Amino acid sequence: MRLTLAQVEHIAELAKLALSDDEKARYQEQLSAILEYAERLQAVDTSAIPPTATVLPLRNVMRADESRDSMSREDVLANAPQAEADCFRVQAVLD
Amino acid sequence: MALYDLTIHESLDLMRRGEATSVELTQAVLDRIVQVENSVQAYLTLAPEWALEQAREADARRARGDGEGAPLLGVPLAIKDVLCVEGLPCTCGSRILEEFVPPPSASATAVERLRAAGAVILGKTNTDEFAMGSSTENSAYFTTHNPWDLERVPGGSSGGSAAAVASGMALGALGTDTGGSIRQPASFCGVVGLKPSYGRVSRYGLVAFASSLDQIGPLARDVRDAALLLGVIAGHDPRDSTCMPLAVPDYASVLAGAPDAQNELSGMRIGVPREYFIPAQGVQPQVAEAVRAAIEVMRELGAQVREVSLPHADYGLPVYYLIAPAEASANLARYDGVRYGLRVAERGDGVWETFRQTRGAGFGSEVKRRIMLGTYALSAGYYDAYYVKAQQVRTLIKGDFDAAFQDVDVIACPVAPTTAFKIGEKTDDPLRMYLSDVFTFGCNLAGICGISVPCGFDGAGLPIGLQIMGPAFGEEAVLRAAHAYEQATEWHTRKPDIPVTSEAEEDAAKDLT
Repeated sequence: MRLTLAQVEHIAELAKLALSDDEKARYQEQLSAILEYAERLQAVDTSAIPPTATVLPLRNVMRADESRDSMSREDVLANAPQAEADCFRVQAVLD
Repeated sequence: MALYDLTIHESLDLMRRGEATSVELTQAVLDRIVQVENSVQAYLTLAPEWALEQAREADARRARGDGEGAPLLGVPLAIKDVLCVEGLPCTCGSRILEEFVPPPSASATAVERLRAAGAVILGKTNTDEFAMGSSTENSAYFTTHNPWDLERVPGGSSGGSAAAVASGMALGALGTDTGGSIRQPASFCGVVGLKPSYGRVSRYGLVAFASSLDQIGPLARDVRDAALLLGVIAGHDPRDSTCMPLAVPDYASVLAGAPDAQNELSGMRIGVPREYFIPAQGVQPQVAEAVRAAIEVMRELGAQVREVSLPHADYGLPVYYLIAPAEASANLARYDGVRYGLRVAERGDGVWETFRQTRGAGFGSEVKRRIMLGTYALSAGYYDAYYVKAQQVRTLIKGDFDAAFQDVDVIACPVAPTTAFKIGEKTDDPLRMYLSDVFTFGCNLAGICGISVPCGFDGAGLPIGLQIMGPAFGEEAVLRAAHAYEQATEWHTRKPDIPVTSEAEEDAAKDLT
């Protein structure tokens, strides 16, 4: 399975990663090699095999619906790259 | 023996008898850090003043006779820098979290339990970025050096924790293991490392990598210490819904009560997976020999050794490298430069461009590689062929272990195909690097437990690890087998000879701390 440069750019856009041309070329090679290695899975007959997302027997873990304190505003904003008027300051979302 | 070289249980005995204080012990470890940290570089953050303050509190508590219920009172430990500790930075070895100090409420349950047990936290240890790697070379800050040979890697991703424990810079440590990240560095550094069963230890406060595989566990100088640490951190936590509501056995007393190695292993059935000893797996001959010799020792101690088969073992690597990156790509989507962490933006950039630039600059190459791989495996048109297929084969891999544990109590095999490799040797070839965890992925995919225990040295004087795996929540059998083997051998008592830095360098190191 060999990825094209266009596919690498598409994946990077889905993942919101700015990549240099060098990185794109390198990932094209490396990801192709890893996916080629992963091709061996296609040899396994899994037609009657359910997928495993978690190994635990737990399903729908519930807790009591009780109120409790949430993080303080100060703690929430303590690591913000930019904060203003008790809010996160972000770049323009709309043009 | 120097105080910093003691095991945890030896140090507790000394403190209980009043022959040492936690302040003396902690200071001895801090002095050792000044001597060897320049060479080993195990720590990303050191908190010497806070450590001494905790040690003074521990001594005061003991003096008050208030040590009951504090099984680690005064013991200095290190924490891998993917676990949140109140008041300390949590970088995850990444530039994207360089400035991040987690809020107090995020402090990891496992760390809080150590603190409640009286432990002294020394600092945060180096890791591959977001725990993605097998050597610490993917840390954005520096590579940790193997205490047995400073030109070699300590393994990873918990390489800082393993190197700290091996070099006397902590009596024990916490690491995390998603595909081998506790066991492989333990093997490379000649210490004991335990990956508990999935759901045994709460992951609250652990920065997520692959949520269905990640597990927190101890690194220590012997099996008894690992059991002691596991007993403290294990158990249900309402803040992690994947942490099983099961009672925690008294792991340490299981071992303390065993009269001799013979009885611990008498009648125990040990399985040796045929697929893990095939030359094609690239196993270094001295590693295979040492592991076979270790299995022979266990047989002589009364264990019944038989061959088992894990027919889908060969698929562990490709399954892991589809599932773990897929989960990682989702978990790491949160690093967007909005609420915390790095933000890279030019004036006039919109929010999407800010995301791209922040993530492009903030993540290192291995993390980006895995996000790309995971994103691809989850993307429209490829989801069934890669992600679902991998999950189906995961079912088969788990089934292999379930079947094997019908016949045997534990499985014994190598931890890693080789001993520690040279720094830089594998960085250009990700697939070759991934193969260094080929014997450890299965344990995570199946959700079972496994330990690495020292079982010899190769011709270059590098430690070799024996892996003992047990069924889900079968830590007692694993610990018992590992303890019996360890007590019958002396590999775990050997210490690396680390060049101590000169006085001038010591002064420089003191300035750093």
